[in-house]
Amino acid sequence: MILLLVAVPFAAGIAVFLVRRKSFSRIMLVSAAAAHTVLFLFFCSYRANGTPLSKWFYLDDLGTLFLGSLSFLFLAAALYGVNYLRRESSVAAEKDRGDDIFANAPEALFVGCMLIFLSAMTLVMVSRHLGVIWIAIEATTLASAPLIYFHRHDRSLEATWKYLLICSVGIALALIGNLFLAIAGSGNVQGYAPLFLDNLLANASTLSAPCLKIAFIFILIGYGTKMGLAPMHTWLPDAHSEAPSVVSAVLSGALLNSAFLGILRVHEVCIASGLGAYSGDLILFFGAISMAIAAVFILSQTDYKRMLAYSSVENMGFIALGTGLGGGAVFGSMLHLVNHSFAKAMLFLVAGNILAVYRTRIVSRVKGALKILPISGILWVCGFLVISGMPPSGIFLSKFIVLRSALASGHPFIVVFSLAVVAVVFIGMSINIFKMAQNGTEEAIAAGDEKGERTLAVLSPLLLLLAVVFLGLYVPPVLENLLEHAARAAGGS
Amino acid sequence: MSGSVDVFMFVIVILNLAILSSSRLADCIHIVALQGVLVGLLSLVVQDSAITFRLILIAAVAVALKGVIFPRLLFKAIREADVGREVQPIVSYPISTLAGTLFFAVSLWISSRLPIPESRFLHFAIPVTFSSILVGLFIIVTRVKALTQVLGYLVLENGIYAFGVVLLVENPVLVEFGMLLDVFVAVFVMGIIIFHINREFDHIDTHLLSRLEDWRSRRPEGEA
Repeated sequence: MILLLVAVPFAAGIAVFLVRRKSFSRIMLVSAAAAHTVLFLFFCSYRANGTPLSKWFYLDDLGTLFLGSLSFLFLAAALYGVNYLRRESSVAAEKDRGDDIFANAPEALFVGCMLIFLSAMTLVMVSRHLGVIWIAIEATTLASAPLIYFHRHDRSLEATWKYLLICSVGIALALIGNLFLAIAGSGNVQGYAPLFLDNLLANASTLSAPCLKIAFIFILIGYGTKMGLAPMHTWLPDAHSEAPSVVSAVLSGALLNSAFLGILRVHEVCIASGLGAYSGDLILFFGAISMAIAAVFILSQTDYKRMLAYSSVENMGFIALGTGLGGGAVFGSMLHLVNHSFAKAMLFLVAGNILAVYRTRIVSRVKGALKILPISGILWVCGFLVISGMPPSGIFLSKFIVLRSALASGHPFIVVFSLAVVAVVFIGMSINIFKMAQNGTEEAIAAGDEKGERTLAVLSPLLLLLAVVFLGLYVPPVLENLLEHAARAAGGS
Repeated sequence: MSGSVDVFMFVIVILNLAILSSSRLADCIHIVALQGVLVGLLSLVVQDSAITFRLILIAAVAVALKGVIFPRLLFKAIREADVGREVQPIVSYPISTLAGTLFFAVSLWISSRLPIPESRFLHFAIPVTFSSILVGLFIIVTRVKALTQVLGYLVLENGIYAFGVVLLVENPVLVEFGMLLDVFVAVFVMGIIIFHINREFDHIDTHLLSRLEDWRSRRPEGEA
């Protein structure tokens, strides 16, 4: 039953590959995304009446939380994507007449990979077998590599190669982790099915501690590569900046989360077998390194999409830091995960609008965005304020919760460190963002003769922005309940 | 049974050193394919109990994939991308070979300290598979061509697969197939990308893939 969530986008993706018509692909993109959201809501309500247990696939609290943010995010990206594809094909038509800089991949390939990508990420979130989770995470790499190479030129090719190779090697290392996990569980004679998560959790006390420790290190390094934890994050800025903006939004908002879920699953096992402090400290350590490195690179960034990519590294680091701290911080961390998904996806989508008009990713060449793109300009500035944690935003709330519980549990150094990073990132980003928003000389404004903005191009970012602001003002009881349960599963209280 | 496992392991070690020391790309592909066949057959050799249909099925698929399909894909990439015959290492062949033996020594030391239950410790099977993993990583880092990086990935993958086999980790058949399918698609996609790299740059040296970085202050024109 639950496999419908995986099967529907997959079937739609295959159909798009076979039919290869532009209009058909666009319809399938939106309808499959909508079907995914409807199915998700259906399974959510179904869950409330007692979960039907299958050994392989079901939605637990963590999975529901991650899948929910994926589903809504993908729907928003799909709506935006239709407009994006139309814009790209008109640009491509222009290029055919004259200066041929690069071609785009066929639209059917793009949409097909997008849908299979969605299907693979969904599989990560509903699966209860660590081997299947591994397969699904590797599948996300393979499905998304052609998406990064949508614009066919040398730089996107370089980004694709780095992404493919670094992530494949990383995930191969995670497989070693899975093998060690299997030996750790080989002590139990009964029900020898080592990689079922429920099996591992039930027999957690009998697992061999040294094996589990080694397994967790490999899993953390392996999936951490995919999640963008420093120092394994090197593919991330390249891939996020070279991919089409709508893909960057999904990569940043959903792919990084699904890799994190892979780590959390093993973290759960560690907690159950009494090694929670060990795995938590490791997650915290890598999270802190990520934040520090991202802050350094944001400060000198001249490319606004790379800047957003480093901001993702920083935020994923913060989520890891909160999860590693344990206690009440995990709740804040989970909330931050949802907020960051929506806020960062929204910023990437707006960056796509800016890129389409200015045709450059260099900050110094973008001037007067507020005047040339009245709606996107405002969204750009608001999005920045939201992601950097200005008060009416959900990001503020989630950061506040994490830092407050860090202080309460006696980690003042971590609080000071986090605030310093947040301040540096704020300075680094604000310089670039405001340079881009203002400063428009008259000629520059005259040169960019944009004929108004399309509704679809600004609707999705607007909705995502409103969602993050809403979460800052009021967390609905359903979500709060879900967050609490998810946080408890991930070692919180 | 343990005698034949030792023979397998011995050959795998020799093949690792052979990959590190051979300068022709075609030879390297053949060596990796041969290693893949051995690794695929390994699951039939390590079992003390009877050989089941399940084992034969998985072994057959693994051998077909690693021994036949991967080399074909790679040779196709060589032909279509018109790759030169040289391996072009950053580190010279003698030093690479020396590093290979060093990896084996390190793996022996590491695996003597691993907390693996005695019953599962098949002679020197674990150090061998570990050294394959290290050799794979070494090839990825020290060879210039994109194609040799794929070879390194395959050696790494062979090592991990063999590691799983000698630890007697039993996954459901579908999971095993899923893993093999993933590796297959990975090699397939890498092959396509190599073809594009060659078309874009006229060769497949990865040191030209260095335009995206943050250390230089001046960056090239960033267009959509």
